[in-house]
Formats: sequence, structure tokens, C-alpha cells
Amino acid sequence: MSGAAGEKRGETILEVRDLRKHFPIRRGLLRRVVGQVKAVDGVSFTIRRGETLALVGESGCGKTTVSRCILRALAPSGGAINFTVGGRTADLATMRRRDLRRLRRHMQMVFQDPYSSLNPRMVVGEIIGEPLLINGMTNRAERRKRVTELMELVQLPAAYFNRFPHAFSGGQRQRIGIARALALNPELIVADEPVSALDVSVQAQILNLMLDLQDRLGLTYLFVAHDLSVVKHVSDRVAVMYVGRMVEIGETEALFARPRHPYTEALLSAAPTPVPGAASTRIVLEREIADPANPPPGCAFHPRCRYAIDACRVQTPVLEEIEPGSFVSCLRARELSLRGVAEEA
Amino acid sequence: MATPTDADKFAVATQLQLTWWRFRRHKLAMVSLVVVVLFYLVALGADFLATSDPHASDARTSYIAPQPIHFFDDGAFRPFVYGIKGVRDVKTFKLVYTVDTGRKVHLELFGRGYTWSFLGLFETDIHLLGLRDAQRGDGIFLLGTDQLGRDLWSRLMVATRVSLTIGLVGVTVSLFLGVLLGGISAVYGGVVDTVIQRLIEVIRSMPTIPLWLGLAAALPNDWSVMQIYFAITVIISLLAWTDLARVVRGKFLSLREEDFVMAAELAGASQGRIIFRHMLPSFASHIIAAVSLALPAMIISETSLSFLGLGLRPPAISWGILLQDAQNIQTLALAPWLLVSAIPVIVVILAFNFLGDGLRDAADPYG
Repeated sequence: MSGAAGEKRGETILEVRDLRKHFPIRRGLLRRVVGQVKAVDGVSFTIRRGETLALVGESGCGKTTVSRCILRALAPSGGAINFTVGGRTADLATMRRRDLRRLRRHMQMVFQDPYSSLNPRMVVGEIIGEPLLINGMTNRAERRKRVTELMELVQLPAAYFNRFPHAFSGGQRQRIGIARALALNPELIVADEPVSALDVSVQAQILNLMLDLQDRLGLTYLFVAHDLSVVKHVSDRVAVMYVGRMVEIGETEALFARPRHPYTEALLSAAPTPVPGAASTRIVLEREIADPANPPPGCAFHPRCRYAIDACRVQTPVLEEIEPGSFVSCLRARELSLRGVAEEA
Repeated sequence: MATPTDADKFAVATQLQLTWWRFRRHKLAMVSLVVVVLFYLVALGADFLATSDPHASDARTSYIAPQPIHFFDDGAFRPFVYGIKGVRDVKTFKLVYTVDTGRKVHLELFGRGYTWSFLGLFETDIHLLGLRDAQRGDGIFLLGTDQLGRDLWSRLMVATRVSLTIGLVGVTVSLFLGVLLGGISAVYGGVVDTVIQRLIEVIRSMPTIPLWLGLAAALPNDWSVMQIYFAITVIISLLAWTDLARVVRGKFLSLREEDFVMAAELAGASQGRIIFRHMLPSFASHIIAAVSLALPAMIISETSLSFLGLGLRPPAISWGILLQDAQNIQTLALAPWLLVSAIPVIVVILAFNFLGDGLRDAADPYG
């Protein structure tokens, strides 16, 4: 079902290079630009076909902006987004809107809020069938058949075809959202915190559904999240962002066991441990998250970093591969030995 | 799901049904809805309900007090009214006309009267009530007559039609302007948005009455009744669209941020499809509520302009024109029944306001 022949798991499907998205700050009567919010400032990463890359970070770090730029819901200020589909590679960042329409069917989005992502005035069948209708499946019976298939795929009873979204629970709504995203047989699914708005009991069901669909359809996920326990469960690799920049990318296991960046270490330490009675070893970050309109010089994290040295205040670190598959942007990456989370017993 | 339960009914209920269910719980609004519908039925069948020609003046029937209908004649159910007779006043030697209790004029259902046309479709002379064997000057003066001897009840019926439709036409025009300009403002943003919003602020900051007066005074004197009617509607609605434009703009802006709009965009939907399939249906109910709140303002505007003599002019008949009679002291002293024209104005304005409140509450069944 997925991909054209000759495309194998593991090859690069999406390459994001030096992506930048700056929002101008306008003031006064003449709306003059007085500054830039650098929501995303030079982010690079790749996603391989069939894998799940988790994008994590605090709120406001630019992870949602990255995901929206990839789908071109926002126009990037600079950089390249090379998307490979059907053996052809195209740069989404500079593509015209008209050409974009053709490519959009290969990448779809699952939204965070299952309440605002479904049009309350349309029935489930219309919601899931809309992408089909827009992309040329005008035959009603044919569309209904495909929608029914999709509903089965996400384990929704086909009898719900004529129901309105208001009749569903959050988890069921998210299933509808997933079915809609799958309607056009996309290769890449950008999931923007797909379970963070759901009850904990429902989260696991939706995550398992997404993993199951990935297996069956060979999907590639870009999974935006802030909950590390969720990330650990679903992702192959993890990318950590801080104030519009990438600070660390690595294999999930390796990154959790041995973070290379002080920010990753702090994030990991904040995740609740499932072991009762275990002493909290949380590293409390002091001060506020940096202002993306006015980031500190040098490493943006240095005011909050407990390993910061003088050089951190001056020199901006770049993302470099310090071990195969492990990229870090920290001046002291090679010398620090940071604490990860122990493997659960 | 063998038998549909209430929950199932709810699950497949459309937006309209949900709104209606919620609206029905609002008792005052339901009553108001009935009142408003009745008023518009009157507007539709104004001439049918009128008992005599609202334009025909007759010196003999000047200032006749309201005449009740007597239902029983000699113990039998034969409704009648008394005739009119002329009496010489012994002091002034003037001929005055009064009710002649010695002469009964019987009523008939669907009797014949003056000729009128129903929406321009067909002409007829049948009215709800007619008189049998009437002499000149006889009439059913349910609410009395004015100085020129015109039947107030009949005039009120026709005035209802004029005053209520002027509101409808005015609201339609301002709805069109409001949705168009509000939509443009929200969709294009930037300079266009700024210009439209500042324009709205300028218009809203002007005191309405002097502005209306100025515009209405500019209307040529030799225009026909119809031309004046449309000019007045346009004047009123040119100032009233601002509220609707703001509502529409706000709704557009908030809906644009909704994920389902972005989902449609990602699915490749065109701008038109997003606006008409996703955005407009989402705030149609708000627009309806806004309209039902804008209508009474329109009606009041027309009534006050006409009352001041700057709106419609006789021979047109509207609530405002009927109320002009209430301007002079003679009316208050000799013919207080002429003030009755104020009652439908008050009733319909209140009904529209309650209806609008109910609709606004019901408009968002998800809220």
C-alpha cells in the first residue's frame, strides 16, 4: 500500500536543512518591523522512510513551527525541505502553492486537539471523505466504500458514518482525525502531539493504533511531543529542540541512556519515574526559557546550564556528529558525562 | 443499534436540529417567535385584513372613536356595527357626523371592499370583514379614524407591512455589505483590513440621528413613494452594516486558526471551498442571531425618521407616519386612540429582541 516500488525502508524521505522561520514584530501606527522572533533558527535533521522521529522540547521552542513549515502551512523564511516521494526529490520550502497541492497528498497531519480539528458541521463520513472528494474521487459510492475501509482501519464502527463529531469521545475523535489523514495514502504523517489532549487511559490505545498502522502501511512519522514517556514508547530516534535550535539528535535508546546535551539531561530528569519510592533526581532549570526574539549570545542555553563555561557565553555551538548517529550541539559534548534514565526494571 | 434511542438521535442531529432543540427551551423566545411570525403574516395579508381603503379620506368620518363590533342582534349571532349620521350642531350650525345607534350595519365574512393586489400576483376585492348594505361613510372603525376620516385599523395593517419590510430589506442590504466587507477585511488583512476597520470606526463614531437627517434631507422632493422607500432603506443600512462586518471579521479570524480549516487546506481544498464549506456554515447561526438583533434597530430607525418627517412621506403609510399624528395636542385631547400605533412598534421591537437573545443562546449548541 505504501510507496512506489523500489523505495525501501531506511532511505531518506525528508531532509530538513538549515530551516528558518522568523516572525516579524511590528509596532506602531505604520506597522514597522522592529525585530524578529526567531521561532526556528537553522534546524537540520533527516527522517528515514518507515521510522518515527520524535521532536521534543518545551512549549515555545519551535517544534510546532517546524512541523507546520514542513507541511507548508507556514512559509519558511529560509532553508530547504527536501521531500522524496516516488523516486523524485522536491524542495517544499521554495515550492509554489500550485505545485504544492500535488505533493500534499503524500504528507498529512494529525492534530493535537481532536475537538477543534473536526468540523462540527460535517458528519464523520464527510470529514474522512473530504480529502478524497477534493482529490478527485467524486463518485459517492466509491468514496463511501473507501471511507468505510478507513473507519475499519482505525477501528471505528462503520455504522458511525452519519454521526456528527459532537457525539464522540476525544479518543474516537482522534481516530477520525487519523482516518482522515490516511485517506490519501500518505507516506509521511506529521503528528503534532496527537495524544497530549487525551486521557492517559486512551493515550496508549491511540499510540498503539498509530504503531500498528505504521507497521501495516509502512508510514513514516514525525512525532511532535513534550511527553518523554510517550516518545520513548513510539520513536526510533529523538530530536531535541531549544529556542528554535536543534540541540541533540540520537537513537532513542542511546539518547535516554546517555544524553549528550545538558538540556536533554534536564528534560529526562524531569520525566516522572515509574518506580515507587525512587528518589527524585530532578534537575531544576533556573531562570526562564530564553526569549526567541532576543536570544542570549553564544549558546542559547548557557544562562540555565549548570555546566556552562566562559566560552559558552561567546561561542555558538554547531550540531556535530560526535558518535555515529548521535548529533549534539554543545561545546563540551565530548567531555561531559551526563546522567540518563536507567532502563526500567 | 436496532432501535434508535435518544442518544442516537442526538448523534446524527444536524447543527440546525441542535440549535432548534436548544431554542425551544427558551420560552420567552418561543413566544416572541410566534409574535414575530404573526406580525409578518399581517404584513403579508395587510390589505386582506384592512376593512376600508387606508388612503380614502372622507369628511363624514373624521375623528370617529373606536367602534366595537356587536355580536348579538336580538339574541341571534349576527355581528353588526352602527352606521354614521350627520347632525347639525345647534350652537355652531356645523354638520357633525356621529354614530347612529338607530341603524345597524351587519358584517359579513369575506365581504367585498376596495380592490387590492396580492404581491402583484392577482387582484381581488375580498377582505376578511365586509359590510352588507353599507351607505356612504359607513365602516368598521375598530380603532377609530383620524382627522381625514381614514380608518386607523386599516392604515395600521398597511403600515405594518411597510415598516416590517423596510427592516427586512435594510437588513438584507447591510448583511450583504457586512459579510462582504467583513470577509474581505479578514481574508486579505493588512492595509485593506486597516482601512475597512478605520472606516467602520469613523462611521460608528458619528451620531446617527443628525446623519440620517442630513442624508434624508438630501433626497429630492419629487421622488415617488417607492423611490423614497428604497432610499431610506439604503440610508439606514449604510450605517447599520458595521456591526455585522465586525461579527463576520471576528468569526473569520477565529475560524482561520481552527485546526479543521488547516486540515482542509492540507487536503488540498481551495480557498472558496474552505470559506463556503467550512467557515460560513460555522458562523451562519451567529449571523442569523445578529440579524434578528439588527432588525428592530432598523424598524426603530425608520419609525423615528418618519416620525420626524424626514423618512417616508405621506401618502406612504408607515408606523412612523401614523405616529406623526401624535405630535399635535389636538390628537391627545380629542382623539387619543391615534396613539395606538405605538403599541405594535413596542411589541415587535421587544419580540425581536427576545427572539434574537434566544437565537444567540441557541446558536452555539457546542458552547
